[in-house]
Amino acid sequence: MTEKFAPTDKILEEHGYDATKLIPILQQVQEIYRYLPEDVMRHIADKLNISPAKVFGVATFFAHFAITPKGKHIIKVCNGTACHVKGSANLINAVKTKLKLTGNQETTADGMFTLECVSCLGACGLAPVMVIDETVHGQCTPELVSKYIDEVIAAEAKNAK
Amino acid sequence: MPNKSIEQIKKDYNEAYKNVTGRVTICGGTGCMAGGSMKVYDAFEAEFKKHNIGYCLNITKGCHENYLSISGCRGFCAAGPLVSVNDVFYTHVKPEDVPEIVEKTVMKGEVVDRLLYADPATKVHYKTTAEIPFYSKQERILLADCGRINPEDINEYIAHGGYAQAKRAYLEMTDEQVCQEMIKSGLRGRGGGGFPTGKKWDFTRIEKGPKKYVICNADEGAPGAFMDRSVMEGNPNAVIEGMMIAARAIGADEGYVYVRMEYPLAVVRMRKAIKQAEELGVLGENIFGSGKNFKINVMEGAGAFVCGEETALIASVEGKRGMPKVKPPFPSQSGLFGKPTVINNVETLATVAKVLEMGAEKFAAIGPKTSPGTKTFAVTGHVANTGLVEVPMGTTLRQVIDEVAGGTTNNDGTVNKAAFKAAQIGGPSGGCLTKEHLDVPLDFDSLKSVGAMIGSGGLVVMNEHTCMVNVARFFLEFTKRESCGKCVPCREGTDQMLALLTDITEGRGTMKTLETLEELAKSVQKASLCALGKTAPNPVLSTLKYFRDEYLAHVQKKECPAGVCKALSKYRIDAAKCKGCGMCKKACPVQAISGEVGKPHQIDPKKCIKCGACARTCKFGAVTR
Repeated sequence: MTEKFAPTDKILEEHGYDATKLIPILQQVQEIYRYLPEDVMRHIADKLNISPAKVFGVATFFAHFAITPKGKHIIKVCNGTACHVKGSANLINAVKTKLKLTGNQETTADGMFTLECVSCLGACGLAPVMVIDETVHGQCTPELVSKYIDEVIAAEAKNAK
Repeated sequence: MPNKSIEQIKKDYNEAYKNVTGRVTICGGTGCMAGGSMKVYDAFEAEFKKHNIGYCLNITKGCHENYLSISGCRGFCAAGPLVSVNDVFYTHVKPEDVPEIVEKTVMKGEVVDRLLYADPATKVHYKTTAEIPFYSKQERILLADCGRINPEDINEYIAHGGYAQAKRAYLEMTDEQVCQEMIKSGLRGRGGGGFPTGKKWDFTRIEKGPKKYVICNADEGAPGAFMDRSVMEGNPNAVIEGMMIAARAIGADEGYVYVRMEYPLAVVRMRKAIKQAEELGVLGENIFGSGKNFKINVMEGAGAFVCGEETALIASVEGKRGMPKVKPPFPSQSGLFGKPTVINNVETLATVAKVLEMGAEKFAAIGPKTSPGTKTFAVTGHVANTGLVEVPMGTTLRQVIDEVAGGTTNNDGTVNKAAFKAAQIGGPSGGCLTKEHLDVPLDFDSLKSVGAMIGSGGLVVMNEHTCMVNVARFFLEFTKRESCGKCVPCREGTDQMLALLTDITEGRGTMKTLETLEELAKSVQKASLCALGKTAPNPVLSTLKYFRDEYLAHVQKKECPAGVCKALSKYRIDAAKCKGCGMCKKACPVQAISGEVGKPHQIDPKKCIKCGACARTCKFGAVTR
């Protein structure tokens, strides 16, 4: 059991078990797991001597924190004002159609992709913008969305071989 | 205490720079980097090696021939990646272009004409930034060094006069004198509220110490605004110097930079600059031998727009949910951890050293009396030159859009000044300006008088193909999502306003819907706790005021005049224009188009999902909606 929380304990120690550092702690923990597992959050609450409700409260307040696992590849479509007036809604629809995401579903059934609509990436000069993992694609179109996603799928298939 | 005085650093740097014969500067802002500018940087290094051309990546003793450096955001993001070779300015540079640039421009001083900036309307080519209207029509005080200096080298900042004002504030001025100088300059906060900076400092100065804080609000969350990002990436030391002067003015020994997590590069550059400043002894303990200390921490936000509100930001630094508090008490009395705190935005802090350098009187003389100085605007949307511009306060909207940004464009990117419909200023909290406001001076008070606000300075230009109801709905969707949920008027009000706007855009609206929407908007404006809620109805109210006919068309005729609202639009193929090439049929993702080759095609409205792929593929303009 202790082994499981070892990476979290290391982070807690770096921050001197200071409850005011809860946000940076959760940010670092999320980097390890790609989301915030419930038992880890309980463990953090325990160690910081605060209630689990406080930790969950912070974790659910900020958009950056995820309490369910995210996909392997994160697709961010910017829906800031500049991107919106340049047609980002078409990009979001294109991603959803391509990945067969329905309703509010964000992650594909196979756990390969997660779609996130973000408010502004500050790259308004390149609107509309889509980011797959760390790669920024400026002046994007629905046709290009499909192409870029295919590229990721092809790379995955190649790696699997 | 510095190991070496800043005067000595400046002297050494300039001495070493003397032997540099040429400089290649590659824009390292987010926009250009997304366009591949770092590959261009690598290509230059490889090409220098290939031709055996001497170069250096840092200015140190013994440096000679060419200096290859990055710069911060140069604001002209639409034309990136940007490269300058001495004063020759190249746009849209790709790694493949580098051999030619090195062979011609670096080695022979010749210009590669095809890479120069060409005006989209006149097709005139310009060689230097000084000639390009986008730059020549601006007055760059804050942004002067962004794009000129290497943001990752503190020595170059110092060589350009950096930290001299911080030193003066710590050694030659009293805390009160610093506050008075800022009051005299008339500088008003650039984050949205426009509160006089000097007064804010003075209120905090007179509070009891010893523990006080300075916070730099870099949680630039308003969609369409990126000036703070550009300043942090392009000139992080200016932000640090501003924070140091603020700390001196109020008597603080600790500061926080709260950067939103969507700006990873800004975080890296700020951290790097802080580290360099500490290593040089400019920042840290016993600053300039004054006996005073100042430490800066960088904290990344976790994605909440409301944290741009100062009390919510403070809660977030304390490790709590980022919810705003009732004011008073103001942060100047009880801020971070209950201590007196000054909280200023990035642009304000980066302006501080400039104010001291030029003197309060000279700064106050720029622009209108009640809103002195220059202001940066992030101009985006349907304009020829999207990017970051800095103009004196009081410049008109027309000057910014037509002269600096090159004019409004059609959807295909061609310049058409007559296509201007509206400009949304101040993001989701602001209002829209229309044709009749083109000559309104852009300053705090003039904008307030027409129901808009400068806000953080996002300026989104929209052409006649934009649906204003859709724009209002877009902003509401944003504020509804970002409402923190603490107070009922904002939490429930934004939700209901969004539902009403959705009804209108989807053809279910009635006159009663409009009436309810307007009434609700006014209640939310009055009753919300913080600025997020109080300003959330602004986009609704201002579009209702200036574009009521569009609302009426949606409600009464069930039509979207701009053809944007999907539920109200119908795609059709004009049989007279259709050549039967079949391109649209191929592009349609749901097989809604049928027809034989060479004969006019048809769209099945039952299958059509209104994605617009057909309209984009048609070369003959036969698909209409």
